[in-house]
Amino acid sequence: MLTIWSSGSIPFLSRRNIPSLLRLLTVRHRHIFTGLSKMPDVQSMVLEFVNKLRKRKIEGSQATARCTVELLRSVISHHRVPHANQASALIDAVKAVGAQLVAANPVELAVGNVVRRVLHIIREEDLSLATAAVAGFDLLDASDDDEDVNGKGIGYPGMSAAVVAAAARSTLRPPSLQTLLEGTPESATVPYTSSSGADSESKTADKSSVTRKLKHDVIEGVNQLIHEIAGCHEQIAEQAIEHIHQNEVILTLGSSRTVLEFLCAAKEKKRSFRVFVAEGAPRYQGHLLAKELVARGLQTTVITDSAVFAMISRVNMVIIGAHAVMANGGVIGPVGVNMAALAAKKHAVPFVVLAGSHKLCPLYPHNPEVLLNELRSPSELLDFGEFSDCLDFGSGSGSPLVQVVNPTFDYVPPSLVSLFITDTGGHNPSYMYRLIADYYSADDLVM
Amino acid sequence: MDPRRGPLAVPKVRRVDAAAGPLAVPKVRRVGFFTSIEPSPETPRPNRSLSGPAEAITSSSPLSDSPSGQFISPVQIPPSRHHSDNLASRAAPVPVPGPSAFRRQLANDRTLHVGSYNPVDSLLGTSPPSSNGEVSEDSGSLFGFQRSDSAKLSASFPNGGFDMTVAVRAPGESEAKVATASTSDGRKKNVEASGESESVATKPRKEKETKSLKEKTSKAERRAIQEAQRAAKGEGSKRAGESSRPKPSKPAKQPPPKKEAPQVTSSVSEKRAVSVEKERRMDVPQTQMQYDDKSRVDKAKRRSVVEQTESKNKVELFLHLPQYERGNQLPNLSSNIFTLDTIHHAVYKVGLQHLAGDIAGDNARCIAMLHAFQEAINDYTTPPMKDLTMDLTAKINGYVSFLIECRPLSMSMGNAIRFLKNQIRKLPVDLSEPEAKASLCSEIGRFIDEKILLADKVIVQHAVTKIRDGEVLLTYGFSCVVEMILLYAHEIGRKFRVVIVDSRPNLEGQKLLRRLVTRGLDCTYTHINAVSYIMGEVTRVFLGASSIFSNGTLYSKVGTACVAMVANAFSVPVIVCCEAYKFHERVLLDSICSNELGDPDAIANVPLRNNKKHSKTMDNNKNLQFLNLMYDSTPAEYISMIVTDYGMIPPTSIPVIVREYRREDLLL
Repeated sequence: MLTIWSSGSIPFLSRRNIPSLLRLLTVRHRHIFTGLSKMPDVQSMVLEFVNKLRKRKIEGSQATARCTVELLRSVISHHRVPHANQASALIDAVKAVGAQLVAANPVELAVGNVVRRVLHIIREEDLSLATAAVAGFDLLDASDDDEDVNGKGIGYPGMSAAVVAAAARSTLRPPSLQTLLEGTPESATVPYTSSSGADSESKTADKSSVTRKLKHDVIEGVNQLIHEIAGCHEQIAEQAIEHIHQNEVILTLGSSRTVLEFLCAAKEKKRSFRVFVAEGAPRYQGHLLAKELVARGLQTTVITDSAVFAMISRVNMVIIGAHAVMANGGVIGPVGVNMAALAAKKHAVPFVVLAGSHKLCPLYPHNPEVLLNELRSPSELLDFGEFSDCLDFGSGSGSPLVQVVNPTFDYVPPSLVSLFITDTGGHNPSYMYRLIADYYSADDLVM
Repeated sequence: MDPRRGPLAVPKVRRVDAAAGPLAVPKVRRVGFFTSIEPSPETPRPNRSLSGPAEAITSSSPLSDSPSGQFISPVQIPPSRHHSDNLASRAAPVPVPGPSAFRRQLANDRTLHVGSYNPVDSLLGTSPPSSNGEVSEDSGSLFGFQRSDSAKLSASFPNGGFDMTVAVRAPGESEAKVATASTSDGRKKNVEASGESESVATKPRKEKETKSLKEKTSKAERRAIQEAQRAAKGEGSKRAGESSRPKPSKPAKQPPPKKEAPQVTSSVSEKRAVSVEKERRMDVPQTQMQYDDKSRVDKAKRRSVVEQTESKNKVELFLHLPQYERGNQLPNLSSNIFTLDTIHHAVYKVGLQHLAGDIAGDNARCIAMLHAFQEAINDYTTPPMKDLTMDLTAKINGYVSFLIECRPLSMSMGNAIRFLKNQIRKLPVDLSEPEAKASLCSEIGRFIDEKILLADKVIVQHAVTKIRDGEVLLTYGFSCVVEMILLYAHEIGRKFRVVIVDSRPNLEGQKLLRRLVTRGLDCTYTHINAVSYIMGEVTRVFLGASSIFSNGTLYSKVGTACVAMVANAFSVPVIVCCEAYKFHERVLLDSICSNELGDPDAIANVPLRNNKKHSKTMDNNKNLQFLNLMYDSTPAEYISMIVTDYGMIPPTSIPVIVREYRREDLLL
C-alpha cells in the first residue's frame, strides 16, 4: 500500500516544484505517508473507481463527475492533515488521486474538471481562512519561522500586508481590476501565503480547531460542488422557457439528460413544440431519448442521422448536450454533432449547447477530433462474422484490408456554436474562457 | 415554339367571333375549343385533332382551329392533306378505319412537333392534375397523358375549354360582355357537346368499371381528351386546378352554360392577368400528385391495382407524400400474378420487385423496368379497331401508374418512360405491327446500352483520370458507377485507399465494402456520423446520383448532402458521377417538397438487444413517429464537378446539357 502511494505521489510532487523538492522531501515525506497509510478503504475505493473508468463502465460526464467528487470528498475527509501546511498537503493528496483518475480515462474530461474544481475549493478555503486569521492577529507575527515552507516563505513577509489584503478581496471576487493594477503575483501568493499565515496562527492559537476548520470548510465546499453537479439539470432547465416558444421545431442528437430536462421543462410550461431526434447510430441513443420524450408527452419524430441535412431547413433550433466544453468555446459532443452544426450554420439555425459547469474544461484543444476522441468496437458497425469474412480476403501482407472507424465523440469548433446554456445562464462561445477562470485556479490547469 | 402562348392568342380571335356572330367564317384561325358553324357531329373532331394546326394554315379551312397552330413555324408544317378527308375518315367513331390509316394521320400530326419543344408532352405534363386524370403521381405526370378515364375527360372538356376561352378575355372587358359572350359560346358549345355526347355520353360510367372498355374509346375521343388537356393547360395549371376541379366529377353532363359560365368567368377573369403572368414564368411546371389532397387520393385509390393502406401515424411535414403500411400487400399481389388482365406479367413482376425492395439502385430499377416494357411490347397485339400508337401509349401509361403504385418512380425512370413514349409517337406510319414492335424493342435496347451502360463506361474513363496514387477516396452508400470507377482505377494499378461511409437503415455500403474487398482494395468502413472524423484524411469524395436538377441540385440517397457538406467544410473536392439520362429539367430547393418515404419500421427496429421491447411498446403511441426519408437534395455549391457521359462539367452546366442534348437524344 505504502509503496504504491509513494510511487504515485512523489513524481507528482517533484513535477510541481522541482527546485524545492530536495528541501521539502525530508519533511513532507513523513506527513504524506502517515496521512495516506491510514486509509486503506479510501485506497481501495480509488482503485475501484480507476478500474471502472478504465473499463468505461461509467457513462456520461455527469455520472462521472459525481462519482469523482464523492471519491475526492472521502479522500479529503480521510486524509490526516499535518499540523503545518495543511492546505498544500490536501492539494497534494487530491492531485495524486486526480492524476490517477485522469490517466484512467483521459478522454473523460469531466474527471479532470472536477479534480481541478476541488483543488480550487481547497485553495479558496485556505485563502479565506488565512485572511480571517490575519485579520485577527498582528501582521508582523506572520513570520518565516516555520521550517516547512522556509524556502518559499522567506520572500513574503515584507509584502504580506498587501498580499493578504489582495487575497481577502480575491476570495470575494477573484481577480478584479484593482488587484490587477496592484500587480500582485496572485498565483504565487494564494497557496503559500495562506499556509504561512495558517502556520503562524498555529503558533499562537489552538492548532486543532484551525486544522479541523480548514478540512471542514473544504468538505463543505465539496458538498456544495456535489450539490451543484446534481442540480445542474434543473438550473439549466429553468431557462428553457426563455428559449423555446410555441410551435417550434427542435432538432436534437444523441441522448442527454440535460436536453431531456430542458425540453420537458418547456413542455411543462404549456409550450407545445415538436422534436426531431437523430437516432445517433451506431449506439442509437436517440431512440432512448425519443422514448423518454414521448413518455413525457412530447411530439417526437425519430429520423436517421443521414436525414439531418434534409430536415434542418424546417428546424427552428438545434439543441444538444455537450460531453465537454473547451476553453476556446469548442464543444465535444456525441458523434455526428459536427455534421448537425455545419448544417445548422448553413441554414442559419441557432445551434444551442447545454452544459453543466462540470463540463467546462479549462484546456485549449489541439486536434480534438483525434486527441480527445475514442474509438469504439467495430462490431457496432459490422458483424464480426462478416468482418472476418472480409479480412479473409487479405492479401497476406500483414495489414488488414478493412479498417473500421467508430469514433465516440465529435468536435464542434466555436464558430458553429450560437449559444451555450450553462447553469449560470447563457453565454457566447467567446466568453467561455472567462467563465472557466471563475471555476479553476491557474495553478491547476496542468496537473 | 412555346405552347404556353396558346391561350394568350385566343381573345382576339374570339372577340372577332363574338362580334361576327356564330355563323361568320373567321378570317383568322380560331383557336381553342371554338367550333363549328354546323352543329354536326363531325365538326368538333378536327378542332381537337392534333393535325388541326397544320391544316389550319395550309388549307385555310374554316373548320380548322387549334390553339397551337399559329405558333408552329412554317418550316415544320408538313404538306397538308385535304381536310375533308380527315373529316370523312374521322367522322363516325364507329366504325373506325384500321389502325394503319390512323397511323398515317397521326404521323402527320406527329411531324408537327418535330423540332418543337415537345408540345404534347409538355402540354399534358403541365396540365393540372384534375384534367389529367387522377394518376398524375410523381414523375408519372411527365409522360403524355395518363391512364385516365378518357370519357370523363372528354365530358369535362367542353366546360374546361369553354372556361378557358372566356377566361382569356381581356380583364378590361365588362362582366356583362363576358356573360353574353359566354352564353353564345355556350350555346355553340352546347350544340357541339351534344353532338359529341352522342358517342360519349354513355361511356363514362362503364369506363369507370372496366378498363378494357376504355381502350375501346375511339381515337377521336382520345383526341378530344388531348385537346381538353391542352385547353385546360392553357388556362393555367394553378387556376384550372381550382376552377375545373369539380367538373371532372360530373362526367357526361351536358354543360349548363348559362348558369355555370358567368360565375366561373367572373372569378377567373379577375385572376387572369396574374395567372397569365404566372404561366409565362412557369417553364416546365409539372404538378405532382399531392397526397394530402383527399379527394384525389381517394379517386386514385379506386383505380389502383395495389391495395395499399395508408399508414396512420404520418409526419405532418410529409403529408404530401405517400406512406403506406408495409409488408401486408405483397402476398396478395404475388398470388394475383396469374389472374392479371390489365398489367403485363413482366411489368407486374418488376413492380413487385420494386415494392419488396429487391431491386435497388436507380440504374438497376430503370433497366429492369425497360426490360419489362420490352417484353410487354413483344407480347402486345393491337386490338381490332385500334391504333397501335394510341393504344400502346395507353397501355404503357397503365403500366407506369401501376409501377408508381408499387413505388414512386425515380427521376431517371421518368426520363426513360418519356423516351419510350416519344419513340412510340415517332413510329413511322407505314410500319406493320411486328415491325413497329421490333423497332420499339430495339430502341429500348439502344437506350439501355447507350444511355446507361455505355454512359457508365465513359464516366469511368473520365473519372479515373481524377484518381492519383496515394489518394484517399471517400464514397457514400452504394453507387454502381462509383464502384466501377474504383475497381477500374484499381485494375489499372492506381494505389489508393477507399473510405466507405454508410448509413442506416439500408447499409448499402456493406455491399460495396464486400465487393471492393474481394477485389483487394484497401477499405475503411465507417458510418455517416463519423464523417467529420474521417474527412480530415480524405482527398476526394465520389458520389453517385439519383438525379440532378437543372438548378444544379443533386438529388440522391439521403445523407449525400451531409457528406458533401462536410467535405466542403474540409475543402475536399466533391465529384458526382451521374449519367446524363438522369438529368432533369425540374428545379428543387429542399428535400421536403419532393421526396420518397421509406418504411418507418426500418428506423424503429434498432439492432440492439436492449431496445427490442422499446419499439414494440411504443408502436401505437401517437406522439412517436419514425421518419425514413429516402432522398435528399445537395445544393450545387457543395459540388465541385459532375462527371457525366458528356464529360466533366460544373453543376451550373446541367441546364445546358438538359436543353441541348435532351431535345435531340431523348425527346424527339
